[in-house]
Amino acid sequence: MDRSHATDRVGYVMVLPYLLHLAIFLGYPLAFAFILIFHRWNIYTPMKFVGLGNLKLLFTDPLIWRAFFNTLYFLLIHIPLQLAIALGLAQLLNQKIRGRTFFRASYFMPVVVSGVVVTILWQQLYASETGLFNVLLQRVGLPGIPWLTDYRYAMPAIAIMATWKNVGLYVVLFLVGLQAIPSDLYEAAELDGASAWQKFLRITVPMLNPTIMLVLVLSTIGGFSLFIEPYVMTGGGPASSTLSGILYLYKQAFFFNKMGYAATIGFFWAIIIFTVVILQRRFVETEAV
Amino acid sequence: MTKRFLLYIILTAGALMFLYPFVWMLGASLKPEIEIAGFTPFSSHLTLDSYRFVIRKIPIFRGFANSLFVSILVTASVIIFSSMVGYALARLHFRGRELVFNLALATMMIPGQLTVIPLYTMMVRFGWIDSYLALIVPAMTSSYAILIFRQFLLSIPQSLIEAARLDGCSDWGILFRIIYPLSKPAIMTVAILSFMGVWNEVLWPLMVIRNPDLMTMPLMVTLFTVGGQAEAQLGVQLAAAVMLALPVIIAYVLFQRYLIQSIASSGIKA
Repeated sequence: MDRSHATDRVGYVMVLPYLLHLAIFLGYPLAFAFILIFHRWNIYTPMKFVGLGNLKLLFTDPLIWRAFFNTLYFLLIHIPLQLAIALGLAQLLNQKIRGRTFFRASYFMPVVVSGVVVTILWQQLYASETGLFNVLLQRVGLPGIPWLTDYRYAMPAIAIMATWKNVGLYVVLFLVGLQAIPSDLYEAAELDGASAWQKFLRITVPMLNPTIMLVLVLSTIGGFSLFIEPYVMTGGGPASSTLSGILYLYKQAFFFNKMGYAATIGFFWAIIIFTVVILQRRFVETEAV
Repeated sequence: MTKRFLLYIILTAGALMFLYPFVWMLGASLKPEIEIAGFTPFSSHLTLDSYRFVIRKIPIFRGFANSLFVSILVTASVIIFSSMVGYALARLHFRGRELVFNLALATMMIPGQLTVIPLYTMMVRFGWIDSYLALIVPAMTSSYAILIFRQFLLSIPQSLIEAARLDGCSDWGILFRIIYPLSKPAIMTVAILSFMGVWNEVLWPLMVIRNPDLMTMPLMVTLFTVGGQAEAQLGVQLAAAVMLALPVIIAYVLFQRYLIQSIASSGIKA
């Protein structure tokens, strides 16, 4: 009886390893990030205080803004494509059909496979002479597209590949959302003579709002975390058209040994992601009320 | 009837769109280099040359073993430490419990981009560059796993725990002997997410490992493709990609339902 009010000392022992680990591998780097931002440091020689130098550099560095707008361009193609395909496939799967498990599992397959595999595979599919896409285009009499070698097509090419890799996850999330919509809503609408399109716009879309929001946020975070795709496929080129924030951070840290500036880029990118997450929380909370 | 037929056509076309590239990749990796441009995965001259080339150039089996070693250690550690914290948060009473819970919630929101460079400089200072320690130790606990365990353990009936206490069982005994066998779904979810996360990670290994003998498999294959060792041979790059994909695809075919559930649930809560 009284036990529930007594203190369980063993609780402290159980949380202690976690708290220690957190302090060393998260707390300390977090604090150190805010020191690094104000210093120039190549790891080998002592740090040099530069005040707001790194931040000033950040705002005037054309490449970081290039990376920022590259990411926005990526999202502009990736998000609508992702939403349309995921919602479409989820709608089709949300019926009595044979082999639903098989279809769901095949759409989901690229989600579990390493991004490295997907990137190497798509690099071949995009190859200008021998790639599957251009072979198909030429077969129907269209000219091939220089997918990865033209600055206009390289980022869209990566956005299409990323959609292919991730869309299965969003199909599953939308399926969960669709199954949670009470069927009497649709029945009532049918009695009122609503068309399939009206039902979709007036019932399905509003009821899926939280899921749509979630997909937006996860895709945005994914876009700002882009690294391995441009690293393997294009190295950020051609003409910096696929340079991503993380690839730029990596280059600053490991090609130029600029730890202070790399940490500042990380800080900037983290603020963007953090803002997106907070906005989503806000939105979902007001939605729930 | 035709509408149904159309539905299956679209769904099947979708499935082909996601599966066919993998089939093509497998086929192309088994073809001689000059035939790769073809649209079909078949060839009259099946050859393992591409695979032989990969095995000769990079210690890929060593990479597989490294990945397995690192992923298993991290996963086991995450399960043990996170279940301890989850149990303490769900089932024990002590001052500061809410604080720890809120800390776990808050730390999940910190984007990794913020800490990756300071963490790297820390590895340099520890002398952990080119050591398994850099791959394993920073990943040994997980706030997200703690929240999964806490949530799950809240649903276990208190009477079960009280009965065990009356029998003189300690909290450690309750956790490892009574709770563990009941927590298979939570353990499974944490294991899948943690294992997949570590297995597929490239950026962190790329930063802290330069010695090929210590590289994880995805890092090794990435550098093999990017670094020119593949000598721009398509079949060879695809063969390396197939070897990297195969263990995951086998695991996926076997545990498909659990994998989809776990990954989808992490998406919902993120």
